[in-house]
Amino acid sequence: MKCEDVSKELIAYLDHRASPAERRKVEEHLGGCAACRTRVDEFRKIWTVMDEVPAIEPSFGFDARVRQRVAAEPRRRWFSGFVPAPRVVFAAGLLIALGVWVARLPLSDPGAPPTVAAIQQQDFNAIKDLGVLENYDVVTKMDALSELAPATTPQPDKPQPEEPSSND
Amino acid sequence: MVRSDVQLMLDAKAGDEASFDFLLQKYRSPLVNFLYRMVRDTATAEDLAQEVFLRIYRARKQYTPSAKFTTWLFRIATNVALNSVRDNRYDKLAVSLDAPVDDENSAPRELPAREMRIDEHMIERDRTEFIQRAIASLPEKQRVAVLLHKYEEMDYGEIARILDCSESALKSLLFRAYETLRVQLAPLVTQPVERRAGEGRPS
Repeated sequence: MKCEDVSKELIAYLDHRASPAERRKVEEHLGGCAACRTRVDEFRKIWTVMDEVPAIEPSFGFDARVRQRVAAEPRRRWFSGFVPAPRVVFAAGLLIALGVWVARLPLSDPGAPPTVAAIQQQDFNAIKDLGVLENYDVVTKMDALSELAPATTPQPDKPQPEEPSSND
Repeated sequence: MVRSDVQLMLDAKAGDEASFDFLLQKYRSPLVNFLYRMVRDTATAEDLAQEVFLRIYRARKQYTPSAKFTTWLFRIATNVALNSVRDNRYDKLAVSLDAPVDDENSAPRELPAREMRIDEHMIERDRTEFIQRAIASLPEKQRVAVLLHKYEEMDYGEIARILDCSESALKSLLFRAYETLRVQLAPLVTQPVERRAGEGRPS
């Protein structure tokens, strides 16, 4: 077995946290590897050296300062459970604004019954040209023009209106 | 009846301030020591420890006992300490070889010559400072792993959860860290404590 294969278990072997199977594996390797035996020995020694770093004690006023900062924290009131979070308020406001905007859009349903204003507009269009129809000269000239229409070539910039299939 | 840390935290969540105070009493010392070994400054370590306890207090209402209390506590402490080290650069010698190089055109990083540092520290006869500098020179994750393993004596599973890695990855991490320290601290192993008084340079 190579040194790299056993290296990962060396620390667990040294701090007695390796499983029995892992311990056996490491011990078998150490029995035949002088380099790893030296490494293990040096690991033990540096752990002893690292113990020289002394532990410190928190200063006298440490607890008092923590308590002071904790006391300065805002307290939760009985109604705080009913106060929504800022993000909820923002989302609700956005939804309301969207609802108002959609509600103010004009209705464009073709199947919807005409409104009073639309009927009034239609009536106005119908009587707007009444003066022209009552003028006999204009009407006869229009009749004469309609007879000439099939013989003339259609103007490209003025498309001919479709003739109704039945003549009323 | 002795209440577990989780029970104390649940009681604090329910509004019992005395339970939070009990946790403060229990963990103030290990927490301050861990942070002191991370930032190597007593006043900063205490400030950061206060910050950790305050975060615990603020988060008490959302606390769910999904892991050991100490895992949660030291995870917060690790984040606070690493942020502080990154922001303030307390230790100019803490060079991480894992960290990416910011500017490719910049001069290559020079690690402090080990002989010089040993010389300085032997003159000062300050072995503790030398050990702490050796630990501080480890990459961040290795440093946290060593501190939690060696000084807090946590088990592998808990350290792995704090560092968010697998136990197998943690064992490799610890091996690499102790390999570095084996080389860094070798002069202190050959120079026993008894000899440091009255002697200058190591032979």
